[in-house]
Amino acid sequence: MISLDFILKFIVAAVAAGTPLLFGTVGEILSEKVGHLNLGVEGMMSIGALTGFMAGYGSHNLAVSMIAAFAGGMVSALIYAVLTIGFMANQNVIGLTLTIFGVGFANFVGVYMVGKTSSNTWQLSADLISQMKSIHIPLLSDIPVIGKLIFSYDPFTYTGIIIALICGWYLFKTKAGLNTQAIGENPAAADAASIQVTKWKFINIVLGGGICGIGGAYCSMIINGGVWISDCVGGLGWISVALVIFAAWRPQTAILGSFIFGALRVLKYYMPSVIPIAFFNMLPFIITAAVLLIASIRGTKGSHIPENLGFNYFREDR
Amino acid sequence: MKMNMKKILALICALAMMLLVFAGCQSSGKDEGGDAEGETAQVEETAGVPLENIKVGVIHIGDPATGSGYSYTHDQGIVAMQKELGLSDEQIVRKNNIDDSDATAIENAMRECVEEGCNIIFATSWGYMDTCEALAEEYPDVFFSHGTGYKSNGTNFNNYFGRIYQARYLSGIAAGLKTQTGKIGYVSAQGVENGECTSGIDAFAMGVASVNPDAVVEVKITNSWYDPEGEGQAAQALIDDGCDVIAQHCDTNNPQIVARDNGVWGVGYNSDMTSEVGDSVLTSVVWNWGAYYTAAVKNVMDGTWTVGQNVENYYGSMADGLCNITDLSAEAAEGTQDAVNVAAAAIIDGSFDVFTGTYTDAEGNMIGCDGAMETNDGSVIEVDGTNYAAITAYYKNVVVK
Repeated sequence: MISLDFILKFIVAAVAAGTPLLFGTVGEILSEKVGHLNLGVEGMMSIGALTGFMAGYGSHNLAVSMIAAFAGGMVSALIYAVLTIGFMANQNVIGLTLTIFGVGFANFVGVYMVGKTSSNTWQLSADLISQMKSIHIPLLSDIPVIGKLIFSYDPFTYTGIIIALICGWYLFKTKAGLNTQAIGENPAAADAASIQVTKWKFINIVLGGGICGIGGAYCSMIINGGVWISDCVGGLGWISVALVIFAAWRPQTAILGSFIFGALRVLKYYMPSVIPIAFFNMLPFIITAAVLLIASIRGTKGSHIPENLGFNYFREDR
Repeated sequence: MKMNMKKILALICALAMMLLVFAGCQSSGKDEGGDAEGETAQVEETAGVPLENIKVGVIHIGDPATGSGYSYTHDQGIVAMQKELGLSDEQIVRKNNIDDSDATAIENAMRECVEEGCNIIFATSWGYMDTCEALAEEYPDVFFSHGTGYKSNGTNFNNYFGRIYQARYLSGIAAGLKTQTGKIGYVSAQGVENGECTSGIDAFAMGVASVNPDAVVEVKITNSWYDPEGEGQAAQALIDDGCDVIAQHCDTNNPQIVARDNGVWGVGYNSDMTSEVGDSVLTSVVWNWGAYYTAAVKNVMDGTWTVGQNVENYYGSMADGLCNITDLSAEAAEGTQDAVNVAAAAIIDGSFDVFTGTYTDAEGNMIGCDGAMETNDGSVIEVDGTNYAAITAYYKNVVVK
């Protein structure tokens, strides 16, 4: 029964399931690299889902929706950044609050918009939905196996991979990125080395929020097929936070990690039903725990948790 | 700074206490009001409750304003009842987003309804059942009507549900006639142990078998009543396995959207999903809760139900107008309408009730298992439609994937 064709379909489904996680994870990595644990990923994704959907509803253009989702995510991350960097508020508390606020705000506006429509459904135009469909490049997509494996996803997936590669290059290959990492390890030392700590914290957190926002738009536009429903992110933000650990704070690893998590999430629908579903729901987290364990035994350099993660930086404390 | 904090805390405490005192006064005042109304109700026991004294409470698990899904369909029923009987907006008390596993929240919501003077409270979700039972004892002059459960007390607490499997049978006919691959997918929220889902799947599968004996119904379980992502993924997995019609017993329309995007067809549930998805939805299995809500409030008004004396359980059918399938879409196979009509007529006149009874289809075949259902493990079990929760085995053409 398990044919090559079936395996290909499984991989395609896994990549689709992993795409929103990829955005959330890369966004959260940017934030954690400057030492800020942002538990508001779910909220930022929800707000991105809302702004992206809204822009798509108004403009019927996919690029505009993606930019709007990015902007929505940035604005919500800015709230977090101002409160934790500017006012030194507790990161965990603000992150959780941002999740509660973001989900609630998106639902609130969504319900209002549903009520405004005559058909009682808030949905995107057929024109935009056709832009969201999986791409089909005439020659490339028709190559057996490889065409299906590489050239058959929707625009979000490719955007996500490109963003992850750019972030990886930025963090590990540019001076600004390396400075950023120094902030996450030891902000006082970075400050002494004349790195502008506050500025780079803001930039990374806000950009990270924007990336999360695009992941939110994937939820409202692709997963739910362009029909608005409440709680559309549905906990994917939280899984992204866990995936950061799995990806060892590396955006390139996050690409593979999110597709593995995506595979684990759809595995239950592609496996014979002899194993209880609860087991599959548990799998991603068992694997995360295993990865943590292996990483700590091997003690690999450069793939460990930022030293100063979760602590605010008081310059006057030095 | 420390002193200031203490002062502020003290101030907040004092304010909170004052608020509590006031709140206490208010609720006790309302209690008296409630008792007074109870007395008038008792005076008019035999005559029923006049229209202007009716007040209806509704406990929703979600927010009806979301425009589709479970709470929305129930609320549409309440709205229909309100229109039909001519109640004013003040006569309906809605409590939304009441988590059905949060006993305190349920109790508070229901007590608030009682305090606001409701004479009948509709509790729309399974998890409200035990609270209903307890409060029905505490407030003997208020009707508690609980949906989808099984408990009742005969005097002021009843249980209501419907024979949705009748409509699912008809939708199975539409699916069975449409499939070309002979594989029909079914996204189910819960597994075989859940009688509500299982009886629906069985009825659907019988509908499929009645027109297409070779087709199989492949079931995938999401293990959640509301999982937008998982419902779509399950549908995709079914399509990847060769299914070309996707039916569902779950809350979002994502399975239908996935079906449409893959160029196959589907059968919706809860609301008419053609409006969101298009003609790839062959038909949708829908509730019309207004039929029950109207009947129940009418019973209170004309004294058919009298608190403290009697109230009946309700298990409505297509004949009562409680459930049905929506009009077939343009993409339904040829001849579907005729086949559905024959079966629907037999269901409505009572000669056929899916699990019991038989009917003769257009080609003269005798259809129906008449109380003895062959299961997919080869055994035969006795079934009837009176207790959906008791059916926990799949019909012979069902495959769990």
